[in-house]
Amino acid sequence: MQFTKLLAVSAMALTVASPALAENVLRWTSQGDALTMDPHSQNEGPTIAMNGQIYESLVTRDADLNLQPELAESWEAGPDGWTFKLRQGVKFHDGSEFNAEDVAFSFERAKHEASDYKEQAKNVTSVEIIDDYTVKLTTDGPNPILPNQLTSIYMMDKGWSEANNVVAPQDFKAKEETYAVRNANGTGPFTLVSRAPDELTVLARNGDWWGEGMFPGNIDKIEYRPITNAATRVAALLSGEVDFVLDPPLQDVKRIEGSDGLGVKTVAQIRSIFFGMDQGVDKLRSSNVDGNPFKDVRVREAFNLAIDKDAIQRVVMEGLSFPTGMITPPGVLGNTPENDPAYAYDPERAKALLAEAGYPEGFSIQLDCPNNRYNNDEKICQAAVAMLARVGVEVNLDAIPKAQHFPKIQKRESDFYMLGWGVPTLDSHYVFSYLLDGEGSWNATGYNNALVNETTDAITTEIDIAKRTQMIEDAWTQIKADMPYVPIHHQVLAWGISDKVDIPISADDAFRPRFAVMK
Amino acid sequence: MFFFILKRLAQSVLVMAVVSAVSFSLFNFVGDPVNNMVGQDATREQRIEIRQQLGLDDPILTQYARFLGNMVQGDFGLSYRIKRPVDELILERLPATLELVFVSAIIALVVGISLGVYTGIRRKSWISRVILSVSLVGVSLPTFIIGIALIYLFAVHLRWLPSSGRSGTVELGWWKTSFLSVDGWRAIILPSITLSLFQLTLILRLVRAEMLEVMRTDFIKFARARGLAERAINFRHALRNTLVPVITIIGLNIGGLIAFSVITETVFQWPGTGLMFIQAVDFVDVPIMAAYLVFVALLFVLINLVVDILYFVVDPRIRLGD
Repeated sequence: MQFTKLLAVSAMALTVASPALAENVLRWTSQGDALTMDPHSQNEGPTIAMNGQIYESLVTRDADLNLQPELAESWEAGPDGWTFKLRQGVKFHDGSEFNAEDVAFSFERAKHEASDYKEQAKNVTSVEIIDDYTVKLTTDGPNPILPNQLTSIYMMDKGWSEANNVVAPQDFKAKEETYAVRNANGTGPFTLVSRAPDELTVLARNGDWWGEGMFPGNIDKIEYRPITNAATRVAALLSGEVDFVLDPPLQDVKRIEGSDGLGVKTVAQIRSIFFGMDQGVDKLRSSNVDGNPFKDVRVREAFNLAIDKDAIQRVVMEGLSFPTGMITPPGVLGNTPENDPAYAYDPERAKALLAEAGYPEGFSIQLDCPNNRYNNDEKICQAAVAMLARVGVEVNLDAIPKAQHFPKIQKRESDFYMLGWGVPTLDSHYVFSYLLDGEGSWNATGYNNALVNETTDAITTEIDIAKRTQMIEDAWTQIKADMPYVPIHHQVLAWGISDKVDIPISADDAFRPRFAVMK
Repeated sequence: MFFFILKRLAQSVLVMAVVSAVSFSLFNFVGDPVNNMVGQDATREQRIEIRQQLGLDDPILTQYARFLGNMVQGDFGLSYRIKRPVDELILERLPATLELVFVSAIIALVVGISLGVYTGIRRKSWISRVILSVSLVGVSLPTFIIGIALIYLFAVHLRWLPSSGRSGTVELGWWKTSFLSVDGWRAIILPSITLSLFQLTLILRLVRAEMLEVMRTDFIKFARARGLAERAINFRHALRNTLVPVITIIGLNIGGLIAFSVITETVFQWPGTGLMFIQAVDFVDVPIMAAYLVFVALLFVLINLVVDILYFVVDPRIRLGD
């Protein structure tokens, strides 16, 4: 045995001696392929992840999600905008220089009608070029969190875009694809070598990258093969064909951990799962009672007390979740240890509250739930149905694909629904403005509280950080008492990784190859 | 013959119009593509605007008429998901699917007919019994399970073959082929076996039943009485007379292979049209779904036409249209 091992090792040493094989190749997979290489065309997970290895933004996040300089070296807030000092000597992959003109151009492109980043970029009203390596991003009034909002707005080369006729992102009315859909020219640590959609995308290390030698990563080549089917994806890891699976299904985590040479890393994800209750309509659409029980905070509290989040964690999630009382996770400014714990499980008290509110016999209602969006989404809903039945609420579950579920919430057609929310800016403003503000585009609960609405507005311009944080925490305390949602848990991310490589896991589910080390 | 083909082609246009109309009305129930097309932070106004741009709020009949009008001009539109022209995407994916179906059909035919003849002639031997019982697995297990089982056995456990993907392709003009490299053949083995199993079993059982039938007829007895060699009796006389129903089934099933390839391609990440279709359904990518269904309908129509012509060749007793 020892002898054959020795033979194998020496045989390997012989092959490794040829330089072509000495490079560190990282082969990895996840469910979906990037949809396009155009960095402003699709605001979607796998696309951002792929483009983020080729393109760069002014400001980025490290594996622990702290803000770090990328194409900007430093920045400074002013009363009506932020000034960014750009990194000098940075070159695009085609050799042209990166400077302030490219920044102005990229923001213009990201704000274009056909861009999927126009919401994120709209905070920047204009870009002023002060000199070749200084830009001022003007905002509509003071903006305390502008750098947080810029981490996925990638910089493109003005000259390259003009030469290839891609000054605007692809729109749907066009008949032809644009050059940027399959070609890329960024400043990032990797260059695009070849791309066959849904098959294989190959990236190679950019030797001229500004960060060469500043990061621990030693990957020379990345081969990405998307694998749609979860069981096949895990098989590719078990058979050694890939070194890293970004999204193994939770039920396979133990199996991967139990295999030789493989391991699993987990971290609390920046995504919370919760139910929304529509307290805004006068009569519920799917209930057997007149009026709207959800208008009564006692009913909303009863729902919060009736659902046993610990049991969901134990039974449905196999331990891979963090039960919570907030709809935003730790890591986001505003989540506090005081507000984060889940409402206690107390079915007796829930029953009493329902009786007090005038529903001693309970009532019936429909729960709308996606079945292909979140970890175990349908099973969580099934568990909730059984738990609510114990306090007398008869829930009809309608679990449907996400393409049908989300429009229901958008069109305000649901009484009681499941939703999950991630926070790319890591700031509560993103949660308030979409989910809790009376006008929020994803707030289908009808919750409309003066303090929360005012806070949402005020924190967009308040630059005194301590004061701003206090305002955010006060609003959360108000929300904790008003209970417009039933928070369930924060999701847990699990990455399956071969022992051959060390990859730090990040709570935003993004793979950052500049920190990946092959052994 | 010429008029027969012309008539059939005219009928097929009608069939395709019906298929596209039915599928188009179904798209209404698949869900709303807009939610997948924009980020979660898009405003309601932006969503409404995209709906209007795409004409999703028009009555379904208007949408269908627009689709037909564009299609007649050869314009299948731009994929919502990938934002590339649909006809180009389908052409790009087609070689993968066709090669997979081709290899599967060959496996199903060669293995299916040989085993069918064997079990038909040696119907009492224990080998025949084993073959027949094992073949039950082929029809009773879903493709999905068979595929995963093969992956775990040959890729994870034995590590003989790749678990998924289509590596080792060689480009011949625009056609990427798996047939010109060892890696290409290694990659196509598992998916084509998975895809062929159901058809293989079907052909095996059909040929066996037909053989049993034919072997009892007078002309076989007469051939025996004439002292012909067993080989000549089995293959020249018996097998040939089983071929008409077998060709019918094979013809219909090549269409079935393309349809089943949706599942096989998903399990093996085989980058063909089936995988693209599944991803389109998930995303509600209407232009791709519509074009794919029309394309599959066209294939079925063409295959049936070829089968009808083959009848004519194999069995001159069949007179057309009488």
